[in-house]
Amino acid sequence: MNKSIGFQLPKKFSPPVIALTLAVLLFVASSFFLNTNTSLAGMLSRGQTIINITAFLGLIAAGQTIVILAGGEGIDLSAGTTVTLAAIITAVVANKTDANLPIALVAALTAGGLVGLVNGIGVAILKIHPVVMTLSVAGVTMGTILAIYQGAVQGGAGPGFNQFVSMPFKIGNMSFGFTGAVIAWIFVSVLIWFILNKTRFGKHLFAIGVNREAAHLSGVRVTRTAIMAYVLCSVFTAFGGFIVLGYIQSVYFIIGDGYLFPSIAAVVLGGTVLAGGEGSYWGTMIGALVLTVLDSILTSSQVEVSVRQIVLGILLLAVISLYGRQKALRQ
Amino acid sequence: MQQIKGFFRKKTFVFPIILFILVILTNFALQYTNLGPEKFEKRFMFLLDNNIRGFLPLILLAIAQAIVLINGSIDLSIGNLMGLVAAFLVTQYALDDSIARFLQVFIVAIGIGVLAGAFNGIFVSLVRIPPFITTYATSFVFSGIAMWILPRPGGNMPEVITTFYRTTLPLGLPMGIWIILSTMLLWLVFRNTRFGAHMYAVGGNEKASFASGVSVIRHRMLVHMIAGLIAAFAALALVLVTGSSDPRIGGTMTLDSVVAVVLGGTPMIGGIGGVVGPIFGVMTLGFVRNIVGFANVDTWVQPLVDALIILVALASPSFIRLILKQVRS
Repeated sequence: MNKSIGFQLPKKFSPPVIALTLAVLLFVASSFFLNTNTSLAGMLSRGQTIINITAFLGLIAAGQTIVILAGGEGIDLSAGTTVTLAAIITAVVANKTDANLPIALVAALTAGGLVGLVNGIGVAILKIHPVVMTLSVAGVTMGTILAIYQGAVQGGAGPGFNQFVSMPFKIGNMSFGFTGAVIAWIFVSVLIWFILNKTRFGKHLFAIGVNREAAHLSGVRVTRTAIMAYVLCSVFTAFGGFIVLGYIQSVYFIIGDGYLFPSIAAVVLGGTVLAGGEGSYWGTMIGALVLTVLDSILTSSQVEVSVRQIVLGILLLAVISLYGRQKALRQ
Repeated sequence: MQQIKGFFRKKTFVFPIILFILVILTNFALQYTNLGPEKFEKRFMFLLDNNIRGFLPLILLAIAQAIVLINGSIDLSIGNLMGLVAAFLVTQYALDDSIARFLQVFIVAIGIGVLAGAFNGIFVSLVRIPPFITTYATSFVFSGIAMWILPRPGGNMPEVITTFYRTTLPLGLPMGIWIILSTMLLWLVFRNTRFGAHMYAVGGNEKASFASGVSVIRHRMLVHMIAGLIAAFAALALVLVTGSSDPRIGGTMTLDSVVAVVLGGTPMIGGIGGVVGPIFGVMTLGFVRNIVGFANVDTWVQPLVDALIILVALASPSFIRLILKQVRS
């Protein structure tokens, strides 16, 4: 069909498969390169650690996948501040105890949902470009946090919650070396698979991602679905922030900032098309894995922040150049 | 009635100018009394000079953003591009440097701006990646390079140059005003050239322009390069005021530039608008911020107020449109 499009990947090498290969290659190569323990047991334990760390980015990128799938150049640049907001609310409500954790979770998710609602209304009803809308909502969220807490947040995660998130999860005496964060990640991934593939909302989401006009004509409520996508996105992102707090325990004002760019890069690496309507969450999960392996390499070779930014930026450009290209005009 | 509506639709800058006049009057009324018992003209000129000089970097960035948006693209790296050029500019001088050295450095700086713009352009037009994600990615590349050149806030400019910029008033009007006026004049010439006409055509309908023989790829590439060029000038306007730079300075100015364009009546859909509106958009935004500054808001609340101003500015055109729709039906 697209003969003149130039270089195109064969269909059987789907982006998630390429990403997975890349992750494994990077991981194996870095094991030798960085002089770590290269025995099988050593590799396995390093792999476990990587997956345990990936869980946080994977959780946060879940929401990003949903808005990007919804199309219309959808993207959530407020994801970083949503993570911070959820982490702060959890810290304040839980207040270093485990008793209040359920209330903290509900409060964090509600706050996330509110942020998503504002994003969704701005994008879907007021027709403000998603990039600009979510960027300014990020500003408002951060402003609200600063205005309320004036630079000092008390509280933190309780000991039990921290134990759950950062220690290997045990069933009886069995343990696979994966933390509670990974368990939560698996839970979320099943939930998202269900939402995207088994619900009416999921079908509508893909429909508006492919073509809003056609979706509207076939009876999909485009505006409502788009708003719903932003709300769900921020709720999942807030859940990511909740788990992140359990890991880091105490909170600071830029706790979520570092997750924004990787969350988008993970979605793109996983093969979700930026124009919307095509992609999957399992792709994003593998994208997050690639980024975490890369990050561990950059960290252990003590690369400066500036160079790290350049590497990540160029990586994102290279990946989209491979499989995010738009159609040529000559067709 | 129909004629009036048509006029407002066509001249997108009319509403921004009305808003601007309201804001500037309030602003001067507030600032005026703070200046002590000088003569009216002197006080007025002082305010104008200071304000305009402070706004100029963002004005230039908004012009660059407007051109890109009219062309149907977007540049989310424009602030960081400016930050990169600014970082380069302030790290090239010893304390005793001459004007000749300054000119050399500035020419290289312009080259960097154009090159960075071309980098965006290659990915947007040749490789065909959506502009919002291309420039989002390059914004990290540019700010990374800026942090590499200038790891922490600092650097310096030759004092001869900064003093000249701050104190010269050609024909009694501040330098900033002259720069703005000449940019407007340049724009009037530019938009009536073939290139200018194509810019609107490509922004309005890419496919139709391609079908009627416009080289869309080359054209969009050039537009991004021009944006880079203007951003380099914005960097100069910035470091001439501050005398130094901060590698992170550009980050927040990208959003400001888009907001200023929207506030100036140029919608983000491409094919419509101009640069006169955005110039007034920047000044409106700046004066509103000044007014808020006078309200003595708590420093911890300041970021929230600032963010809300931006959100309201973004949402207002849509609100007006929705209300008009309600009224009509």
